[in-house]
Amino acid sequence: MHLAYPAVLAALLFCTGLYGVLARRNAILVLMSVELMLNAVNLNLVAFDVWLSRTTRETLHSGQALTLFTIAIAAAEIGIGLAIVLAVYRNRGTSDIDKLRDTAEGHETDGPDSDALTAEQAGRAGKTEATA
Amino acid sequence: MTLSAAEHGFLSPTGVEIAFLLVGLVTFGAALVTVTTRQLVHAALWLVVTLGGLAVEYLLLTAEFIAWVQVLIYVGSVVVLLLFGLMLTKAPIGRSPDADSGNRWAALTVAVAAAAALVWVVVDAFRTTWVDLDGPASGTTAVTGASLFQNWVLPFEALSVLLLAALVGAIVLSRKAKAESNSPPVNSRATTGGSPSVPDSRNHPIGGQAPVGQSKSAVEQGPAEQEGAR
Repeated sequence: MHLAYPAVLAALLFCTGLYGVLARRNAILVLMSVELMLNAVNLNLVAFDVWLSRTTRETLHSGQALTLFTIAIAAAEIGIGLAIVLAVYRNRGTSDIDKLRDTAEGHETDGPDSDALTAEQAGRAGKTEATA
Repeated sequence: MTLSAAEHGFLSPTGVEIAFLLVGLVTFGAALVTVTTRQLVHAALWLVVTLGGLAVEYLLLTAEFIAWVQVLIYVGSVVVLLLFGLMLTKAPIGRSPDADSGNRWAALTVAVAAAAALVWVVVDAFRTTWVDLDGPASGTTAVTGASLFQNWVLPFEALSVLLLAALVGAIVLSRKAKAESNSPPVNSRATTGGSPSVPDSRNHPIGGQAPVGQSKSAVEQGPAEQEGAR
């Protein structure tokens, strides 16, 4: 098999995940796109490991070992990421990452969570931002 | 190397290449639907197709153990975790019109430019490289297990500690917000959903269920991989 086939497929999958991370608004959809990018990297690792283990006779199998490690780290990442998303949802009532603008600069006009804030909470948020 | 590459042209693909191409088209199409569909649950289900297609690609590349780990961990537990997350954040079942943010055209430009550059560089670099898939498979469970426990023991054990830390961290993250919501000064700025009492009492059962589901699936992930590696 030509090495170009898995390499091109991995590049396309990575760019699909890149589009998803940049364009999606729901935090869980962003996590799905991150999984796509991680899987593209895994495909590259497996393909190059198969190629190198045949051509250079190296028996370390570093590509496949690194793929297993990436899968385990991705599992840990998705657990922690979902816990963070659920904590944010419980506190803010939304998982829309476009509305989580507390640390952004230059958005004081619409404010954080402009549609969800009551006037009293908006005043309080403005006070805390003024003190910060 | 060059001689063997000269024998294999792109115009006369082998059977493995044709199978790889077809499964790759399905995988790429499912990935595109995953990042573009407006139904959130459908995105998770198309992600299953993508990850399953990648498992078939691993099988075609003779990496058998990685393929089964992919099916177990990704299709088995990561997608289930994502579906749990979608349900616990009360994702709408039907079409949600605000699934894509306003900068999707900028994102599309960046992604297409990155794809063009990457594909051009990769094709130019590996046009003549030939992977010999004949002979004994290089990714069977015996080979992978031997190399993993001869050369990669210390990272493997460190990874189990990382999984344990991630499990404990997920439980702590899910419990800390519940403890914090009892203290008014911390929660007063964080709560935005109207009157504090009604959303809190409604959301607490969700917070109580979240660590159970996560810890159970995270526990399943750890032994499944370690047991498979042996």
